[in-house]
Amino acid sequence: MSNLLKVASSPHVRAKDDTRRIMFYVLLALMPTTIFGIYNFGFRALLLIIECVATCVMSEYLFECAIGKKSTITDLSAAVTGLLLALNLPVTLPMWQAVLGSVFAIVVVKMLFGGLGQNFMNPALGGRVFLLISFATTMTNFTYDGVSAATPLATLKAGGSVNTLDMLIGRTGGTIGETSALFIIIGAIILILLGVIDLVIPGIYLLTFVVFIVLFSGHGFDTSYIVAHLCGGGLMLGAFFMATDYVTSPITPLGKVIYAICLGVLTGLFRIFGNSAEGVSYAIIFSNLLVPLIERVTVPRAFGITKEKKPKEVEG
Amino acid sequence: MNKSFERLINGIWKENPTFVLMLGMCPTLAVTTSAINGVGMGLSTTVVLVLSNMMISALRNIIPDRVRMPAYIVVVASFVTIVQFLMQGYVPALYSSLGIYIPLIVVNCIILGRAESYASKNPIIPSMFDGIGMGLGFTIGLTFIGIIREILGNGSIFNVTIEPLNDFHITLFGMAPGAFFVLACLVAVMNVVRKKMEEKGKPLPAASGCLGGDCASCPSSMGCSSDNKTDNNQ
Repeated sequence: MSNLLKVASSPHVRAKDDTRRIMFYVLLALMPTTIFGIYNFGFRALLLIIECVATCVMSEYLFECAIGKKSTITDLSAAVTGLLLALNLPVTLPMWQAVLGSVFAIVVVKMLFGGLGQNFMNPALGGRVFLLISFATTMTNFTYDGVSAATPLATLKAGGSVNTLDMLIGRTGGTIGETSALFIIIGAIILILLGVIDLVIPGIYLLTFVVFIVLFSGHGFDTSYIVAHLCGGGLMLGAFFMATDYVTSPITPLGKVIYAICLGVLTGLFRIFGNSAEGVSYAIIFSNLLVPLIERVTVPRAFGITKEKKPKEVEG
Repeated sequence: MNKSFERLINGIWKENPTFVLMLGMCPTLAVTTSAINGVGMGLSTTVVLVLSNMMISALRNIIPDRVRMPAYIVVVASFVTIVQFLMQGYVPALYSSLGIYIPLIVVNCIILGRAESYASKNPIIPSMFDGIGMGLGFTIGLTFIGIIREILGNGSIFNVTIEPLNDFHITLFGMAPGAFFVLACLVAVMNVVRKKMEEKGKPLPAASGCLGGDCASCPSSMGCSSDNKTDNNQ
């Protein structure tokens, strides 16, 4: 009789998912984009990717050694950060700058705030924005087929026309991983099928962005213009792989919607009214900073608890 | 003389306004884009600090307690205006690169802080040395930050270009975020040194007096043994 009653504290059912498995899935889903990027931009792209991943993993390891913490590099999150950062760099970037960006992403943005789960903004994007501010010239030096070329978004901004089919496949200038919307979507479908991300954040993000473009770009409902904006720049990569980062996106259902709308509006604002052609990175890290506030005002009501009358300023 | 020397060391090391007291952060972060700017800002603040400390100390028995803040501001603002005109006349380049931050010395919390917590209670000579010490501490802090930011952000030091660093400019360090990073790193280094000294059994003297001397609004005034307490609690 006594054997029948076993007392154990919850949780009683455990899923197989752990950080390492999820990060592995993300790496897997990034593979189509990565391989296409290497095919598209050549051997130097591969070197840059290896270098960023290696630097990120090394700096996480060394930092944890230095402060006497258990090493967490086996959870693969540093490798994901390195790969995402590399995919966000132009292929011509000098190697030492890529190293600096990787170290910044891991040490300053991630480890100094307490490591995985504590970082307040996406480390890869933090590293990218650090590089973008520090080395504006080399970070916007885009080449394609050995010839320096404006990105499609810059062409659009200047009023030129672009080939949307090329943009969909990725035969344009840009950073290593952002050019091919097609391969990014393949990766995103893998992630969705594996249950790593859901469509709420990317879906609402892209939808808001399209609405913003239709309303404010001055082109009205011009399909090719909208498709060009959707496929151009880092929008797809950002929407599926960076905005959905577990650590830096809200966990409440309503919060996710608000966060995604913020992303869409900010991206549109930066692209249409900003000085530079691209604004996805800034939109995402800015929204990352808003996440604690968003979560605070969207805490779901627990079952059986009536809503308290709150003072006015909480809702603002 | 011994006390004067103690005031000097206090300002430079024990209660360094930049790294220990964390006062005067606005000019610390804003003007330290180069070493020259750091030195210029630090020295002009020092001059104002010394003169205003002496003046306030001399007037400490005349200024009514209720209007002491406006009185201090008038004294400080007069000296700042003098310094500003002198700089405009003799070092116009520095004057234009420091810009709005020279008139803003008036509201630098180091100066008001020293006036309130030291000069208003002590004779002229110690107040003067207190001003020199605090001013030099501030200058050293600003110069350090300026040197590091200039090397990293501009590849030069005191406007002399360092050839090997010519291609290694990290623009971020010339901008506002760089100031925060450098300041944070230097404060961290300072704290590590402090901790190491304590472990060795030779603790650095901790900052003693409270910052503003305003015990009424100080949360730890209950357990505080400051001499100022009775003076201010009224």
